[in-house]
Parts: sequence; structure tokens; C-alpha cells
Amino acid sequence: MERLRRTMMFVPGSNAGMMRDATLYGADSIMFDLEDSVSLNEKDSARTLVHFALKTFDYHSVETVVRINSLETVGKLDIEAMVLAGIDVIRLPKTENAQDILDVEAEIQKVEEANDIEVGTTRMMAAIESPGGVLNAREIAQSSKRLVGIALGAEDYVTSMKTTRSPEGIELLFARSSILHAAREAEIAAIDTVYSDVDNEEGLRAEVEHIKQLGFDGKSVINPRQIPVVNDIYAPTAEEIQNAKEVIWAIEEAEARGSGVVALDGQMIDKPIVERAERVIAMAKAANLISKEEI
Amino acid sequence: MEILEKGISGTTESSDIYITVEPNDENTIAIDLQSDVEKQYGDRIREVITNTAKNLGVSSVKVTAVDSGALDCTITARTLNALQRALGNERYNWKEIETWNV
Repeated sequence: MERLRRTMMFVPGSNAGMMRDATLYGADSIMFDLEDSVSLNEKDSARTLVHFALKTFDYHSVETVVRINSLETVGKLDIEAMVLAGIDVIRLPKTENAQDILDVEAEIQKVEEANDIEVGTTRMMAAIESPGGVLNAREIAQSSKRLVGIALGAEDYVTSMKTTRSPEGIELLFARSSILHAAREAEIAAIDTVYSDVDNEEGLRAEVEHIKQLGFDGKSVINPRQIPVVNDIYAPTAEEIQNAKEVIWAIEEAEARGSGVVALDGQMIDKPIVERAERVIAMAKAANLISKEEI
Repeated sequence: MEILEKGISGTTESSDIYITVEPNDENTIAIDLQSDVEKQYGDRIREVITNTAKNLGVSSVKVTAVDSGALDCTITARTLNALQRALGNERYNWKEIETWNV
């Protein structure tokens, strides 16, 4: 079963208090930021703080992600400290093309090999934040087996596009669709950009409903208050859960009969229906709408 | 190893600690600690700072620590960072750190 990534919470790498509390809010992934939220003269202290936090706290099933600085600045130092601390995923900022991924991958591999860590243990994620990156989304998504997802970073993107963000998000439709297609073809996750107005819950809801309908796996969040809103929208309805359960039961019943053909209410159940049902059940379990033992 | 320059790390925000390291003429690890939780955790905070300095091979340093309820891993991170800054080390020997940070 693929990992859920409904919510990925940004945690500034310089914030000691949030290192410990980050798991309390129910995000599926925590993204420690060593890049834009950390000033130039605190890059080393944030890197050290996140390293020791990762070595100390048990983040349980929450995925740990770190946004590193570019290789041209202190990215290599970030990679070494994070891989050795056992981070799950290294996230690249401002990814323009497949070569960017391969360059970071080579650095990760060097650290893994030098420290007897199985090559490939550290996964990667790419943030696409420019028109060039969007146009290269397909090659980026297919560039490495380590890649678990691609994410849209909209603020830089809209500026480059000579526009601004609107409530309807029409200016992001091409970027979102491109990233989604690239992610789906490569069978990796697609994560939407942040919603910056933390006090506007209505606006956040509308945007999450929009990106969920487009097909995104989830959204980056910048404040713990946004997490329940996003998770709530991604939670399946009672009717969806019931339909999914019936699909799963029908498959189990057919398997018990030794039958290859599965039908429910006179309709044949094929692979896409099964996949959707499994996804609904996973979402329902994550939202505690059904118990882990129930199905 | 002696600390010959000043190094600072941390903040005075909640759950953090503000560490200043400076040269110490007396060739010891001397710690001046201010903490709201001094009564209960003062000895432990001093122990974590002392161990971090020793683990880095530092035997002579004056440490001023202003604690705002930092956990051990934060105290270690801030002390290490302040010492590395004083020593002028940008690249840490994480492998060596691994041997004592278990």
C-alpha cells in the first residue's frame, strides 16, 4: 500500500520547540526546512539542530523530509548531516531538470557508500517552482528510482509567469496538471503548494477541494491549524467507505470461491475500481473512520 | 583542546538554549547557567554541556548558558554548534560524533 501524503508540514529547521512537537498535529509528513526559512548565518545551527532531533525523537510512522539548500551553497553539508541522521526523504528546492536530481542523488550515494548505509535508503522529492521546471516535470519525475514525489512551489512560479495567485487558481492550472500527469505516469506522489493565508480557512478549504478533485495526493501546509482542514477534506464519506468495503468483500468472496471474475450488484469489478476502493479504505483508516481491524 | 575564540549558538525562545563559549584561562570547563528549571534540571544541563565539550576534545572553555526549557538533544546541538563556530569548523566530523551520540 502506498504511503499517504495528505499533509506535509513545513517546520523551520531553526525552531527547537517545533522539532519535538511536530508529530503532535497529525501531518502525514514533516518537512524540516534548512532553506528559505533559515537565514544565511544560521544554516549550520539549523543543520545541527535537525540532525540531533532526528537522532533523538521517534517520529513513528510520520515521514521525515528535509528541504536542503542548493549544491552551489551548503547543500552537500546538508545532505551529509541528514543522511547520517537517517532522514527518510531529501527534498530539492527549485528543481529545473533531471540533472538537478541526478547531481543530488550522486551526493547522497557518496554519503551512503562512505558510511555503510545501503545505497538507495534515502529517498528524494523534488519541488518544481519555475516555468522551466514545470515544462520538464516529466523528465524530473522519471529521473531517479529514489524519487517518491514531486511538489509544486507556486510563489516563485507565479512571479516568473508575471501573474499572482487567485482564489480560483486558474494561473496554476497548467503547472498543476503538468506535475500531476508527470507524477501519475511515473507512479509517484503529487503534492500541491502551500496556502499562505493561514487565517483564511474558507479559502484553504476551497483550494484543497480543488486540488483533491484534480488528483493531488495532498498539500504542503505551513501551520498546524491547516492540517485538520486538509485531512478532513481528504477523508472519504460514509457512502464512499461503504462502497469500498463492498468491493473488497466481493473480491475476498470471489477469491474464496476460486473465481477470477468479481461482480458486485451485477457490475464487473476491474482493477481501477479495486485500486480506488483500497485507496478509500487507506484514507478512512488514516482518518480513524474505520478501525485497522475492520477490513 | 582549548577554545581561543568566542562562539554563540541558539536562541532565548521557549524549548531552546542560548550558548556562548569563550576562552577560559583556568584550563577547565566552566559553566555559568541561567535556567527556570535550575532546581530540577540544572545538574543535568551542566552534564550535557560538559559531555559535549569533552566529546569534542575540548578541555578548556567558559560556557554561558541561558536555558528556556531545552531538551538534551537541543542542548547538545547548540553546545556543539557554538564550539564548532569558535573552532572555525564548517564541516563536522559526523562519523566521529556518531561514536558518542548514541
